[in-house]
Amino acid sequence: MKAVEVENLTFSYDLEVNAIDGVSFSIESGSYTTVIGHNGSGKSTLAKLIAGLLEKKSGKITIDGFELNEENLREIRNRVGIVFQNPDNQFIGSTVRDDIAFGLENHCVPREEMDDIINRYAEQVRMTKYLDHEPTLLSGGQKQRVAIAGILAMKPDILIFDEATSMLDPKGKDEIKRVIRDLHRESSMTIISITHDIEEVTTADNVVAMYKGKVAMCGTPEQFFADPSQVRKIHLELPFAMQMEEELAKQGLKLDRTITMEGLVEQLCR
Amino acid sequence: MPIKFEHVSHTYGEGTPFCYNALNDVNLELKEGKFTAIIGQTGSGKSTLIQHLNALLLPTAGTVYVLDRKITAGHQPKKLKSLRQDVGLVFQFPEYQLFEETVLKDVAFGPKNFGASEEEANQKARAALRKTGLDAEYEERSPLELSGGQKRRVAIAGILAMDPKILVLDEPTAGLDPQGAAKMMELFDSLNREGKTVLMVTHDMEQVFRYCDEVVVLENGKQKIQMDVKSFFKDPELCRQLHILPPALIRMKEMLEKKGFEFDEDIMDLRSFSKEVARQVKKNG
Repeated sequence: MKAVEVENLTFSYDLEVNAIDGVSFSIESGSYTTVIGHNGSGKSTLAKLIAGLLEKKSGKITIDGFELNEENLREIRNRVGIVFQNPDNQFIGSTVRDDIAFGLENHCVPREEMDDIINRYAEQVRMTKYLDHEPTLLSGGQKQRVAIAGILAMKPDILIFDEATSMLDPKGKDEIKRVIRDLHRESSMTIISITHDIEEVTTADNVVAMYKGKVAMCGTPEQFFADPSQVRKIHLELPFAMQMEEELAKQGLKLDRTITMEGLVEQLCR
Repeated sequence: MPIKFEHVSHTYGEGTPFCYNALNDVNLELKEGKFTAIIGQTGSGKSTLIQHLNALLLPTAGTVYVLDRKITAGHQPKKLKSLRQDVGLVFQFPEYQLFEETVLKDVAFGPKNFGASEEEANQKARAALRKTGLDAEYEERSPLELSGGQKRRVAIAGILAMDPKILVLDEPTAGLDPQGAAKMMELFDSLNREGKTVLMVTHDMEQVFRYCDEVVVLENGKQKIQMDVKSFFKDPELCRQLHILPPALIRMKEMLEKKGFEFDEDIMDLRSFSKEVARQVKKNG
């Protein structure tokens, strides 16, 4: 089953240049897909279109079999959750508890059920200790975890992370990456991660590579990195293992293509 | 001696219940012309430290020497204007601070503010824009309609237009794509080669490894380590103790050493490392 199907999608902010220009691809339900591309390639725009936050110019988006249109908009917004880049721009409540409750209140969840739900998702992102803390007392990584809990409480099928770790320090980045990995392992949720982290791409199920508003490549990480010159052409870099493999080839040591350091070590010790 | 911290402490909200000691007896000397990385976890005092360099913050104890100025706790500093011209500070996400109608006006604002004539300011602005890779076509555009990476360039050009002797950068490549980040780092590297002293707050160890001469590690408002980059990365355990992921090359070296490879600890670049790996594989295979 497809979680996301995009067909010939076009979108423009200014009616002149198409920020998204005839894009087609699909994402398997339950998969971990990374979306990569240079600044301004249309990654975030694409995420907002899929989440129903922007209105397309033409083309078709289908989420879990529902076509995204005015009639299905509510249904689709319930199914797609999105975590943005800036931890300070998405904290609404005056405490962690209030913040997670915000979405539940909007969905008219009865008060007696709310506490249970809040506790469950606070635990999932390891923020139980902080339920009564104010946002000013939290680190960026902690704020992002609260944002994730608030979205999980809405029980989405598809969770989009729009560079959710790019403003965090290494510790915060690790916290969020761990939460995302756990979510992927323990639930059937489809995860879409927009990222510049090329090492994250190597561990995903699929990659959608954007270049100037178009999809340059869509497939497994192995397929994506199969042609290094193509990767460079769309302004992206190679994972360290591939850079080293290229250097080794120059030294007359030919190896099979590998995108992870572990894969490289294995071959060198054979 | 362009920069020296002598027993510098900074306490926010002294004498109030919110009193917070962000810097605690920091002693530091930075030589002229170096490219220094300042690293440490959130809350370690990095931002507080760099704001002392152009007296945006004053020490609550101790003395900061910057170029020929002396800023001592309890004394109102003099010659602040020229200090701020000599020390260019680029904050995090500086693109949020663009405000003028056109790119050229925005970049020329600094020099004009420091007394340059309109013509002179524009000339400096143009030169700074070229350095950051923005050609004449951008000059009359609104800075607000540019992409994130381009806006960042405009903001940095605004600082370069004042021709500072010391450039202080707070996570200058955060949020940029890998190629945009690489170009930005090449720019700082070339400015450093031209003789500018560069200080950069960063979390990106690949950048530190590749471009910097020296590393200063802050922890809980104290200066924990000051070391040249090569010595710092020779011991990956040191990085881990500081919750820092060592650069990929160092991690690869470690992984291969566990499998019986042996490397000279001075091998720090991919080419010589790969050469050595190939040699050992061929010898044993």
